Amino acid sequence: MFGLLEIEDLHVSIGGRMVLKGINLKIDRGENHALFGPNGCGKTTLLNTIAGVPRYVVESGRILFKGKDITNLPMDERARMGIGIAFQSPPAIRGLKLKDLIKLCNPQANPEKVLREMNFLEFADREVNRGFSGGEIKRSEMAQLLAQRPELVMLDEPDSGVDLENIKLIGKAINKLTEKDAKPSKRTRSGIIITHFGHILDYISVDKAHVMLEGTIVCTGSPREILEQIKTRGYEGCVRCLCPT
Amino acid sequence: MSDIAERARKALGKKATYGPDVDLEKYDVEAKPHEEIQSLEEVPEDVKKAALGVGVALDKEVGGAYIQMDQTPVVAKSSTEGIEVLDIATALKKYDGLKDYWWKLVPVDQDKYTADVALHPPAGYFLRAKSGAKTVFPLKSCLYLGQTNLNQRVHNIIIAEEGSELHVITGCTTPSHVQRGLHIGVSEFFIKKGAHVSFTMIHNWGREVDVRPRTAIYMEEGATLSNNYICLTPAKTLQTYPKAILDGKGAVASFNTVLYAKEGHLDTGSEVVLRAPGCSADSITRAVSVGGEIITRGRMIGEVPDVKAHLECVGLILSEKGRIDSIPELDGRCGGLDMSHEAAVGKISELELEYLMARGLTKDQATGVIVRGFLDVEIKGLPESLREELRRITQLQELHGGS
Repeated sequence: MFGLLEIEDLHVSIGGRMVLKGINLKIDRGENHALFGPNGCGKTTLLNTIAGVPRYVVESGRILFKGKDITNLPMDERARMGIGIAFQSPPAIRGLKLKDLIKLCNPQANPEKVLREMNFLEFADREVNRGFSGGEIKRSEMAQLLAQRPELVMLDEPDSGVDLENIKLIGKAINKLTEKDAKPSKRTRSGIIITHFGHILDYISVDKAHVMLEGTIVCTGSPREILEQIKTRGYEGCVRCLCPT
Repeated sequence: MSDIAERARKALGKKATYGPDVDLEKYDVEAKPHEEIQSLEEVPEDVKKAALGVGVALDKEVGGAYIQMDQTPVVAKSSTEGIEVLDIATALKKYDGLKDYWWKLVPVDQDKYTADVALHPPAGYFLRAKSGAKTVFPLKSCLYLGQTNLNQRVHNIIIAEEGSELHVITGCTTPSHVQRGLHIGVSEFFIKKGAHVSFTMIHNWGREVDVRPRTAIYMEEGATLSNNYICLTPAKTLQTYPKAILDGKGAVASFNTVLYAKEGHLDTGSEVVLRAPGCSADSITRAVSVGGEIITRGRMIGEVPDVKAHLECVGLILSEKGRIDSIPELDGRCGGLDMSHEAAVGKISELELEYLMARGLTKDQATGVIVRGFLDVEIKGLPESLREELRRITQLQELHGGS
């Protein structure tokens, strides 16, 4: 049985510099994974490579999605296959209203409904990301994903810059996207979430966590336990304690 | 009149400062006449269709209309109280040669094109908002060049009297069977104390049409102008460089230009002279080349302290061949003024493309969305109906004329 996403010995470079050095990862349907790791360890690179952003060059290894090798597929095809991503710092797009972008994500979606879910309706007529604060960008990204309804949702620090009230909303949206309200056996959608402080983990349910260091996954385990270790011992201390070699 | 004719004759051989030289001899002078039309319903279908293609919907929300076919004014009427719409020959007769206005802003000897217009019987419109009068619906005008190889000459006078408000939309167009022709349009605007004018011009020419508009605008104290120029289909050569003089305290002018060049040569821009304290002007140009050549000029001249001016040109070149040459000029002639410009010419941002592709749009769809958004300039001071009309037209023209 295939996992929804399977990554095999993935090596990725950016501008000639090797950033991911042999990633192996399997995410089954209905699972939500968290990625921890210090700045520069390759977390964002991993998500962008899965999404297919062209400047992330796969040097070796492969990415399978729903059993199909997508390593060389263009990013729009991956999106149409069911991969969605919330970017950390997406660009502003002149003249494109947020509500119109939501329609582009999914012509069947109701922009008002998803924006209201993110308490973001007053931004419907604003140009996408133009003058948005960090927290507003997160809500805009979540509203787009709610419309897109990907099977694999990838979130790059969905909690950074977000106030407490809105973290709850974002948590609710993530649970909805990963079908946490359905019985485990009925869940078909999955997620990967990068978080530094774990605030968002108070509001969502995560099944597994991984620690990344210098381009590899060095430890995998229970999200709570790993976060606790990172908080008390730091990333390296966490790895030495939980996953000694 | 004789002085005007004499100056014009002397300038007949005078080449324009900008733009390729057009040999006027190559174009026909004799236009076949058209009959006057009593009501807008009687406007021929092909003219109606062509007008709609340049944003001039003649079947709804018309505050007044002027339609010129080749060299004949076929409709000139107003349906708004206090707003006058006449063909220019009638206005010249009615108002004693319009001597305070006729060739008072555009120098008749500016170049061979102005001279050529001055030396032939005039056609064009006279629009006047009486003191305090306001257009509810915009005045709509269509200059239709339907005769192949004609030299279409136009001279327009627009007057907004004190405290009035005038919204005008003008479409200049050729039907698809006319590829060759020349259009020379002289327009003189007088915006008096506290008056507001929005003037939107949309051009849709054939591939072998040369276009030489000659526009000047005079603004008194507290006058405001929103001047919008949109050209999304190719012309052989087009050169225009309207000049505005802000002569009264607190006058405000804003120029918005949207250009899309698949081929041909577009040389556009504006010059604004800020002559009284508290005046401000901005000029914003969005240009897209998919093979055509675009020159955008902008010149702001600050003559007194306490004026503000801003020039902005952003250009996208979407093919290997295109060219965009942005030439901003700021001429501050005293202390205590504030003038700035910004210009950028380049390609579509990869980041923006990737962002939309991550939402499932193909590269072509993402490019289309970005270009349409880019051309959708937020134009201040336009009534909502005109704004919608503009949006419709940029989408329509960009789609069938576009990549």
